[in-house]
Amino acid sequence: MTDQAFHRSQSEMLGERPPPANSVGVIGWMRRNLFSSATNTLVTILSLVLLWWIVPPLFNWVFFDASYSGSVGADCVGHGACWAWLDQRIDQFLYGFYPPESYWRVNLSVILLVPALAFVLFDRLPGAKYGRWYSLAYPFIAAILLVGGFGLEGVTTDKFGGFMLNLVAGVAGIALSLPIGILLALGRRSKLPLIRWLSVGFIEFIRGVPLITLLFVAVIILQLFLPSEVSLDQLLRVMIMITLFASGYMAEVIRGGLQAIPKGQYEAAEAMGLRYWQSMRLIILPQALKISIPGIVNTFIGLFKDTTLLIIIGLFDILGQARLLQTNQDWIGKVDHETFLLAALFFFVICFSMSRYSLKLEKRLDTTRR
Amino acid sequence: MTAAETDHKNPGEPVIQIVGLNKWFGPFHVLRDINLSVAPRERIVICGPSGSGKSTLIRCTNRLEEHQEGQIIVDGTELTRDLKNIDAIRREVGMVFQSFNLFPHLTVLENCTLAPIWVRKTSKAEAEEIAMEYLTRVKIPEQAEKYPGQLSGGQQQRVAIARSLCMRPNIMLFDEPTSALDPEMIKEVLDVMVDLAETGMTMLVVTHEMGFASQVADRVIFMDEGQIVEQNTPDEFFNNPQSDRTKLFLSQILSH
Ligand SMILES: Nc1ncnc2c1ncn2[C@@H]1O[C@H](COP(=O)(O)OP(=O)(O)OP(=O)(O)O)[C@@H](O)[C@H]1O
Ligand SMILES: [Mg+2]
Repeated sequence: MTDQAFHRSQSEMLGERPPPANSVGVIGWMRRNLFSSATNTLVTILSLVLLWWIVPPLFNWVFFDASYSGSVGADCVGHGACWAWLDQRIDQFLYGFYPPESYWRVNLSVILLVPALAFVLFDRLPGAKYGRWYSLAYPFIAAILLVGGFGLEGVTTDKFGGFMLNLVAGVAGIALSLPIGILLALGRRSKLPLIRWLSVGFIEFIRGVPLITLLFVAVIILQLFLPSEVSLDQLLRVMIMITLFASGYMAEVIRGGLQAIPKGQYEAAEAMGLRYWQSMRLIILPQALKISIPGIVNTFIGLFKDTTLLIIIGLFDILGQARLLQTNQDWIGKVDHETFLLAALFFFVICFSMSRYSLKLEKRLDTTRR
Repeated sequence: MTAAETDHKNPGEPVIQIVGLNKWFGPFHVLRDINLSVAPRERIVICGPSGSGKSTLIRCTNRLEEHQEGQIIVDGTELTRDLKNIDAIRREVGMVFQSFNLFPHLTVLENCTLAPIWVRKTSKAEAEEIAMEYLTRVKIPEQAEKYPGQLSGGQQQRVAIARSLCMRPNIMLFDEPTSALDPEMIKEVLDVMVDLAETGMTMLVVTHEMGFASQVADRVIFMDEGQIVEQNTPDEFFNNPQSDRTKLFLSQILSH
């Protein structure tokens, strides 16, 4: 189309105009999203009233009217929250009964976890090739740091506690439940009947039994069958059960993703001569896992919160520590809400980060809209 | 690519030999006593009504489907349960599907280099060089960094053809490569296929594009109810069909 032909059909080109003022900026946004109709306006106003009722009193209770110092519950005299216990007890909330002179070992394993995670979560980091090896080695490094050995003083796992215990069990479970879940999901779709039956049996068993039952089995019944000279660490046993439990759910989430992959993808991979494991690793799983991200993260979050069940083997995770303090002579009746609130905050920070990361990952992996 | 590059192990021998092939899906007898011998560089078009077993026949040739009776020998290797034979044949046989089946999570270039790197163990640099060579041949080198989802159907099918060619196969199978395309994109894909035919590639093409058949095919095969009903040169096939079924079929597709 030449300019001339264009001008012939339309006498004058239309100039650019800015959009109407009431459709842009803050005002425009509010018009469109908060006050677009009578119902919408009503909902907006009701929500504001509700927020006004809840938020200021909550802030007053948590921060402004709170008591921050004192050594027993009776020292908290204001009508706000009582945070005086934090000074004495925050260490126990974080580390349980881990020997204080060795707190640095816990801290160091958390610090070392950051790069180990980063190399798994973000590709394109410098040195990614060696980083992956580091990530693989991390569990062993952390185990030695936490339990001792190689010159470090031994710490028995019954000393583990507080949020550190939730993290240890959660991170180990998350790291293991994904690969085990993948294997189970592939097993359930295997052409080999024996593998298929075993996978189906395992998954259905796990899903049919409450986790707490499995934990009791791990703690009490397993010991009856093991020869008395074999004593598998209790924490280890419970961690294995939590991991297997999450793996069963993970397997079903991933199977859903696998089923969404068109048959043509398998056939194209096969026709090119890729072997089973190659086509799984290079073609099928990257797509299936991508689809399954919301379900996978859901399972991770569930697993992380299930670590609070560690209390049944007599270990005091962060929730256990809260219960301990609530029944402590000095603080009884004064810190019920505060301790739970703090524990909830810890869980929320971790779970919310997982959820945000998964959203980001989904966007990054979306190849249709780049 | 020159004709010399398609080197067969036994020059002069048929490159595909199918003898007494029978296949069932459950009780359903889908392929019935098929005998077919394909010479090196021969271009064969297979047509026939829906459900006649065309796809099944060419899918047996690279073991996407397993046959129960008869022999399929591809380039001197017989297709049996033996995985080594299946792998060897799949390296020699490229396949293009009706629905493209590109890998959506990989770029066009990665789609093309995947099999050379993992199956042929080619170095990444060399695989990329080969990939660019074939992407140029199908006239879309500039799309190499895009994802399949960003391309038109015709472009995707051309990538799929390039992807197969990157394995440097001796034989190419096409299963209705243009049936999923809008009319204006059919030609760009057919052009690429005509090009490929001129290089001397052995081709088995399931298609209803009769123009393509008369232009490049050495032989047209008409299938119905799992059997080869008639085969002939395109000229004879279109102008002088022998069986009533063929006549009926031709009248139906040509009236469109
Ligand atoms: N996996 C399968 N299981 C059972 N029956 C099948 C299977 N695949 C194909 N069939 C049947 O076998 C017959 C031949 O199928 P095939 O796909 O080879 O036909 P076609 O000639 O390619 O047809 P179209 O032109 O529709 O692609 C059809 O009746 C089809 O329903
Ligand atoms: Mg078909």
